[in-house]
Amino acid sequence: MNLATLSASYLRARPLQTALSLGLLALGVGTIVAALLAVSQLEARMGRDARGIDLVVGAKGSPMQLILSGIYHLDAPTGNIPLAAAQALEKNRLVKKAMPLALGDSWKGFRIVGTPKAYAEHYGAKLGSGRYYEKAMEAVVGSEVAARTGVGVGARFTGAHGLGGEGDEHAESPYTVVGVLEKTGSVLDRLVLTGIESVWQVHETAHEPADEEDRKAREGDREVTVLLIQYASPLAVATLPRAINSKSELQAASPAFETARLFRIVGAGVEALRAFAVVLILAAGLSVFIALYTALEERRYDLAVMRTLGASPGRLFGLLLFEGMLLSFIGALLGFILGHVFAAGLGAWLEAAQQPAVTGLAFRIEEIWVLATALAVGFVAALIPACRAYRTDVSRTLAQG
Amino acid sequence: MISVKNLEHRYGNSVVLRVADWTVGAGERSLVIGPSGSGKSTLLHILAGLARPSAGRVSVFQKDIFSLKKTQIDRWRGATVGIVLQALHLVSHLTVRANLRLAQYLAHLPQDDKAVDNTLAALGVADKASSRPAELSQGEQQRVAIARAVVNGPKLLLADEPTANLDDAAAARAIELLLGEAGRRAATLIVATHDARVKRHFEKKLELAQ
Repeated sequence: MNLATLSASYLRARPLQTALSLGLLALGVGTIVAALLAVSQLEARMGRDARGIDLVVGAKGSPMQLILSGIYHLDAPTGNIPLAAAQALEKNRLVKKAMPLALGDSWKGFRIVGTPKAYAEHYGAKLGSGRYYEKAMEAVVGSEVAARTGVGVGARFTGAHGLGGEGDEHAESPYTVVGVLEKTGSVLDRLVLTGIESVWQVHETAHEPADEEDRKAREGDREVTVLLIQYASPLAVATLPRAINSKSELQAASPAFETARLFRIVGAGVEALRAFAVVLILAAGLSVFIALYTALEERRYDLAVMRTLGASPGRLFGLLLFEGMLLSFIGALLGFILGHVFAAGLGAWLEAAQQPAVTGLAFRIEEIWVLATALAVGFVAALIPACRAYRTDVSRTLAQG
Repeated sequence: MISVKNLEHRYGNSVVLRVADWTVGAGERSLVIGPSGSGKSTLLHILAGLARPSAGRVSVFQKDIFSLKKTQIDRWRGATVGIVLQALHLVSHLTVRANLRLAQYLAHLPQDDKAVDNTLAALGVADKASSRPAELSQGEQQRVAIARAVVNGPKLLLADEPTANLDDAAAARAIELLLGEAGRRAATLIVATHDARVKRHFEKKLELAQ
């Protein structure tokens, strides 16, 4: 017999009340923890994908769509821009690094990105096997693509038009896998990389050029989808986007600005979820309070008897307080498990949709604060019942029965 | 020795208890008798340090208990006094054994299952150690309540109306058990009652008036 077992025996003696308090607290804490994990991991992941990219240049349209399609490969592109315009930008002295991407096709839902090798190197990718593409129609696949489809070096596949994987197949131009990348934890894992000329070739082979003149004309019409730019100097922030946006066919969007805007939109939903979770935790606190307070009535003889057995009023106070804290601690613990299970479930669901993954196995330091808050709620809820227990008048209580 | 001098206890303006001079020697058995409302229970509560008298001196085993700090009184009570209440008040969701261990725990004494089992055996309820109070008969509950009062080896054993609501045979058994336990442990026994059947077991008594 000690404080913990005695407290626990009282909690077990009223299973329904205890279960209600635990359930409310676990749901509240679980919701907050899951939101915390999901948002922080998505933010980290999106930050990682956009690192080192200061500007995305593409066709006119929604700047957010440009970011979502150009960096995260989550949305359809806004359109294409002339290769000449992109090449002109690459030569701008305010541009340190520029990576053109040609988008439009996919394979089994994974996007095929026509781009120079520099794009993979930007994300610090290493080859797990094989080599980088050198010729047209050679491709390197990301680790997740390889894992999901089971392809390896030497495999052949044909891309489909569009991004959903349901478009017409370019059956006449199959790709050959020449390399598989190691896991980078970035968007690269979900991409199929190929030379930019492969993408052009796929879309041109449908109609063989009639003659040399036709071929030249086609080359002049060549396009890329987006250009990812890294600034050479901070000066570029003020001038480059404005210069680009003033050109009729181009649009420049800042990943930092657009992702911040995106998280403000998503953030409102997350805030609402958090507010709901706070209400749940407060309801749990109220439930702990009511459970302890109503139990006082039926426990007053127990408390008086404990006094006759030598317990000081302080020990009765401690007993009630400990009970409230024990309840909130167990509830918070269940909440943590629940929150991580929620996050893991969300991760599995997102992964099935080939979206950036969320894991339930990561922990955040902020979770400590959630635990502290839950314990504080238990403490406050138990305070008034504990004070009443402290003030038990033994002689009068026993005189009543 | 227990001695009470010029004791007075009031609730508001009404005096509920007045004892001019009363002593009980160590190891003696004494009865406190009087009609209900005469302050018998209050006197027991005062002797146990559970209620503070409005006036007067109370010394228990040469100790002026009300000169102690409140928490010291609680500790002293846990180690020195065993109390059997009229309504028994066993903790209903704890087993019989846990009820006795609770007494050891709250008195800051080592939790000793052997002492618990010996005490239960002496009172003839060893086989009920794992039962809950609700599963026991009234007589068994009374034995457990006595066991809980004596498990810490108190020097002073107080019993408040131990025979109320009991038939003659059960009342006689309850008194025998109390006398037996007090004798076995050389404890001072004070029984408060208005039950005439109890009187013949005691030589000394304090009579309280209405």
